Amino acid sequence: MTTRTVEVALSTSGLDARGNPVRTPLVTDAGGNIVPMTAPPAAEPDFGGEHMLINIGPQHPATHGVLRLVLELDGETVVRCVPHVGYLHCGFEKIGEYRQYNQIIPWTDREDYLNSLGNNVAFVLSAERLFGVEITPRCTVLRVIAMELSRIISHLVWVGTTSIDIGAFTPFLWSFQERENVYRLLEAWTGARLTTSGTRVGGMIADIPAGWLDDLKNFVRTFPRTIEEVDAMLTKHAIWVGRTVGLGAMSADEALNHGLSGPMLRASGVAFDVRKDQPYLDYETYDFEVPVGTAGDVYDRYLVRIEELRQSVRILEQAIARLPDGPVNVDDPRLILPPKSKATSEMESMIHHFKLVMEGPRPPIGEAYVPVESPKGEKGYYMVSDGTSKPVRWRIRPPSFVNLSAIPKMVEGHLLSDVIAINASIDIVMGEIDR
Amino acid sequence: MSESDIRIAGHANPGAPAPATPRNVAHKGGEANPSAAALAARFPGAVLRTDVVWGETTVHIVAARAGELIQWLHDDPSQQYEYLVDVTAVEYRGGGPLEVVWHVRSIGYRRFLRLKAQLDTSKPLVVPSVWPIYKGADWLERECYDMFGIRFDGHPDMRRILMWEQYKEGYPLRKDFPLRGRFSRSEQLTQALSANPEAHYSMGELRIADAFDDLPKEMKVRLGHGEVTGE
Repeated sequence: MTTRTVEVALSTSGLDARGNPVRTPLVTDAGGNIVPMTAPPAAEPDFGGEHMLINIGPQHPATHGVLRLVLELDGETVVRCVPHVGYLHCGFEKIGEYRQYNQIIPWTDREDYLNSLGNNVAFVLSAERLFGVEITPRCTVLRVIAMELSRIISHLVWVGTTSIDIGAFTPFLWSFQERENVYRLLEAWTGARLTTSGTRVGGMIADIPAGWLDDLKNFVRTFPRTIEEVDAMLTKHAIWVGRTVGLGAMSADEALNHGLSGPMLRASGVAFDVRKDQPYLDYETYDFEVPVGTAGDVYDRYLVRIEELRQSVRILEQAIARLPDGPVNVDDPRLILPPKSKATSEMESMIHHFKLVMEGPRPPIGEAYVPVESPKGEKGYYMVSDGTSKPVRWRIRPPSFVNLSAIPKMVEGHLLSDVIAINASIDIVMGEIDR
Repeated sequence: MSESDIRIAGHANPGAPAPATPRNVAHKGGEANPSAAALAARFPGAVLRTDVVWGETTVHIVAARAGELIQWLHDDPSQQYEYLVDVTAVEYRGGGPLEVVWHVRSIGYRRFLRLKAQLDTSKPLVVPSVWPIYKGADWLERECYDMFGIRFDGHPDMRRILMWEQYKEGYPLRKDFPLRGRFSRSEQLTQALSANPEAHYSMGELRIADAFDDLPKEMKVRLGHGEVTGE
């Protein structure tokens, strides 16, 4: 009987063609020799049809929310997986049809709540297309900062919670400490940590406060050290590698066909990033790399996300350097409220304020879909306007929903304990899946 | 898979200019996605018209032929729409037909296309499923069925997904569905209290695991009567 005990933690079995260490872990085989690990056996022996039904969730800490997986097991091997979602369904899209455009922004905080500021930006990008508005240069750069800070938060939470799922506790503490630093920045800017509602159609809720850029520079300077620490802790760790390599692998064709997006798609070897291939907010003028995996397994998804953290820091550095002065909001009284001091002292401004709040801005008849690269994948808000102040249809294209739909394909044939690792690697947020 | 197998977006069209953030997009008109003209030339009877609104191309098609058209977009080497972004529907205020919307993307050509088909609400709402082409359509089509009541012909598992299976109030995103739901609060409460909280598995799930035999006797009797169990 072969053992799969991982013996040698930091050694590798050699170098690849480009001189990088091969990341196959070393294990002892039946004869006690140290050899590179081969892929785990496809399926365990059939025990004569005695299958067992296992229910994971909805109240289970490793399902990252209220996901329920019904698994049919043959021994410890998953034969079939039936996911159930919908426990958090609140009808966001229905409610949005009864709200003005700016009133929908708080709802976008609450779907993918790890990326709330990024959702706010994604929403107004679609809305501004619908209104035909061009935002100011300062606002463009501020929104890039907002999106990359959100990506950092989301990936940090992912690394922390996934490492807990797989058994490592320390990266959780490190990543949540850094996440708190980002939340402190967001709180100083928007007044809220999680539910930021930081954007408005045509601009932002506020300009950044005095001294904020220095705090951000400080964060950008100190944060890469935490990435390196997590990297040093996990990337070559025997248990981490042993529990992630070869799990839930999706080939490039399968990933595309199942509609995977974001780090999930790129880990499978498809170099598609909305920031590069359908740019928004002038992302084409920033210098950054798109990390791509080759195996499409849990380990590659981890590597891709860690590298994306580094690239987000690069983008933040460039955004800080180029942040221009000038107004944040567009000069368009159809969309932007007058200053509060004027609204309480001048009659015209008060009427303007009243009409804009009570009636709301009206976009022309049309429809718009502006996808963005959210930390989970391709996210976009498809909006249809009939010329009134409320959208006829407000559709969220939820990346984690589509990514999760491929979970039966990914877990079938693997062990029950690997289901937790594979589920974690999808980076789901149930608020976005159920909406 | 090795590094040489990595798919680069835009690989099918290497001479194309690098994509850039669109600026000052016109409301109507502008350059249409070339796939729209190719689709109209290939399927003259099935393509009704092409719109360009806010720089995005929409091809209006005949609902019954959606599967055939999308299959061609997926398979044809000059199109390569290998990625399904979204399947959803739109119902306008004040009646009129329901619109089914497909968003598809060609990674190789860096193109994005919207297809729309109208369904008459007085007739059964059925369109062909694109699940045989894109497995990613599985949950998207189920959600569309759950929210609008549109059935996707050819989908292997057309069940509700976000609402529970016994949900009786209809299809929430339809315009005739009130924001607070169709039933009164007391009716909703009565239904919730009368639901059977211990039966957490559907019959299908119990059968796959042969667990039915191990159930308590009275539960077996109830399930045997065809009582649909709660989630």
